Amino acid sequence: MEFCLQIPTRQEAKMARLQFRDANEDDVPSEELPHLLLIHPPSSFTRLPSEICEKFRVLKAWESPLSLDQFLISHARSIQALLIRGFLMINTDILQQLPALKLIITISVGVNHIDMAECRRRGISVTNAGSVYSEDVADIAVGLYIDVLRKLSAADRYVRQGLWSSKGNYPFGSKLGGKRVGIVGLGSIGLEVAKRLEAFGCIISYNSRREKPTSSYPFYSIISELAANSDALIICCALTEQTHHMINKEVFASLGRDGVIVNVGRGAIIDEKELVKCLVSGKIRGAGFDVFENEPQVPEELFTLDNVVLSPHTAIFTPESLQSVKEVLIANVEAFFLNKPLVTPVMDE
Amino acid sequence: MESIGVLMPIPMSPYLEQELEKRFNLLKLWTVPHKAQFIKDHATSIRAIIGNASAGADAELIDSLPKLEIVASFSVGIDKVDLKYCKEKGVRVTNTPDVLTDDVADIAIGLSLAVMRRLSESDRYVRSGLWKKGGYKLTTKFTGKIVGILGLGRIGKAVAKRAEAFSCPIAYFSRTEKPELKYKYYPTVVELASNCDVLVVACPLTEETRHIINREVIDALGPKGVLINIGRGHHVDEPELVSALLEGRLGGAGLDVYQNEPEVPEQLFGIENVVLLPHAGSDTTETCNAMADLVIRNLEAHFLNKPLLTPVV
Repeated sequence: MEFCLQIPTRQEAKMARLQFRDANEDDVPSEELPHLLLIHPPSSFTRLPSEICEKFRVLKAWESPLSLDQFLISHARSIQALLIRGFLMINTDILQQLPALKLIITISVGVNHIDMAECRRRGISVTNAGSVYSEDVADIAVGLYIDVLRKLSAADRYVRQGLWSSKGNYPFGSKLGGKRVGIVGLGSIGLEVAKRLEAFGCIISYNSRREKPTSSYPFYSIISELAANSDALIICCALTEQTHHMINKEVFASLGRDGVIVNVGRGAIIDEKELVKCLVSGKIRGAGFDVFENEPQVPEELFTLDNVVLSPHTAIFTPESLQSVKEVLIANVEAFFLNKPLVTPVMDE
Repeated sequence: MESIGVLMPIPMSPYLEQELEKRFNLLKLWTVPHKAQFIKDHATSIRAIIGNASAGADAELIDSLPKLEIVASFSVGIDKVDLKYCKEKGVRVTNTPDVLTDDVADIAIGLSLAVMRRLSESDRYVRSGLWKKGGYKLTTKFTGKIVGILGLGRIGKAVAKRAEAFSCPIAYFSRTEKPELKYKYYPTVVELASNCDVLVVACPLTEETRHIINREVIDALGPKGVLINIGRGHHVDEPELVSALLEGRLGGAGLDVYQNEPEVPEQLFGIENVVLLPHAGSDTTETCNAMADLVIRNLEAHFLNKPLLTPVV
């Protein structure tokens, strides 16, 4: 059975063991609590909330000497819920080994790592982070866009190397006001980006799976048409089969030499190799990336460019976002137990 | 007008030079080896000076140019022009308000995001290969933070409008309260600093506002506070700012201006909670062209005896 498994580092595993204990040792006998499987330790920034430990017997796959395969086989019948981050592909192979699974909780907002079709078929509910990250991600998208247009990080490097004194003023950037910004994916994040950029005098239009009747922004059903009518594209959509490499050579050509691309979605939405070529050869003005096709690998050609800003997938990592996702996690779990509607279910679209 | 001597002390914008050369006798002071002699030689033909944020017109220069009629500054800040002396001598002064308001306000927000979300630092992290060894750490959320604005003029209001789109509550200090704006007014800078998360300096530099950001204000802003200076270097007691940053008494700073440009305190080069720009607030092609056009139009209006477009004096 093949699946891509990210082995937690010894550091992560050690931190996780130190961080949380099963809170249920003194309460209800753990055999009676439903089983929650964690394949990896929770993010090194957060502990598993005590509310979770009280309601579940937590099974920590990484602590077991068994391989994941064997671990799943030995606990197969008891696991009702799975808590994941976003590293491991939850595909049919894993799902087949979890016949009692009713709920998958991912702390990401993206669900491209989950076989959603199979979950729907099996009646497994999936909850994600909902919109708790949207503000922070929008802030990063806008920050990257300003940085690329106004050359903030490049100029900061210039100053720190003492070049302002020796070489003179830094080359001009480009004004934000009046720029036509095409938002790719007008979901929660896309709307927050649009709201922010409007205050800078940007003109917003968008492409999305479907036109949004509640939105007054101009809609383009074809992505290259959006690109042809935009000075920048901000990628805020989910990664799906349809959006894989959607931002491709044709889109770069339509966007043109003055165009800027900012990606806060998933790396694979963009044909990364092609974009790198365009950036190196000046076919695109610049780009801001928070995500890459094969993180943490970043194409090294980008390291010498001043028209790109590179962010190591940090958009959601603020204390506020992590606190909010913990609250959403707890709320979903409580709803699950009370047979109430889940708070942030990932809906069929 | 080709015989009218226009003195430009330092390079500012190739487009501006080009447009001035079409209309006037442009004298580029930075290209001559003996500047004082050059001024003496051309004293009777120089009727205008082009100033900017670094070079203006002090009493000495004004006195050396008996035919001087107008100082047209390629900037909105005119702290380098002796306004009182110009008024006394009947020399007109113009600046370039409005056309650069958006760019400067954009930089204020860009710097806030870059400092708080560590955009420049984490870009360094990626380029140095450190991402392969581990993820970057948590950074500070910007949305919803209280933005305090020192000086609620054109630029200050534009900063407020942008910050509001990030759901940031706005507070301010100004010479006079502006009750028509629904922002929280504080009567002193220290109180403003105590009650905001990000403090943006957006007022003109005058005798009153020199070192308005002093140790007391910096301490009030505190170890989680961020200072954004898009005004003038002399608004801030720079040595105090540097020591506060190095000692952790101030959370971070985004700086576009400094006491003695282009010198920037080197102790800041190695710390991660600052972003340092080389006075680039209005440095976009679009805005510099618009500023240049405004300088030209002011000069043309003056020499055609028409009303100045953006007079200061």
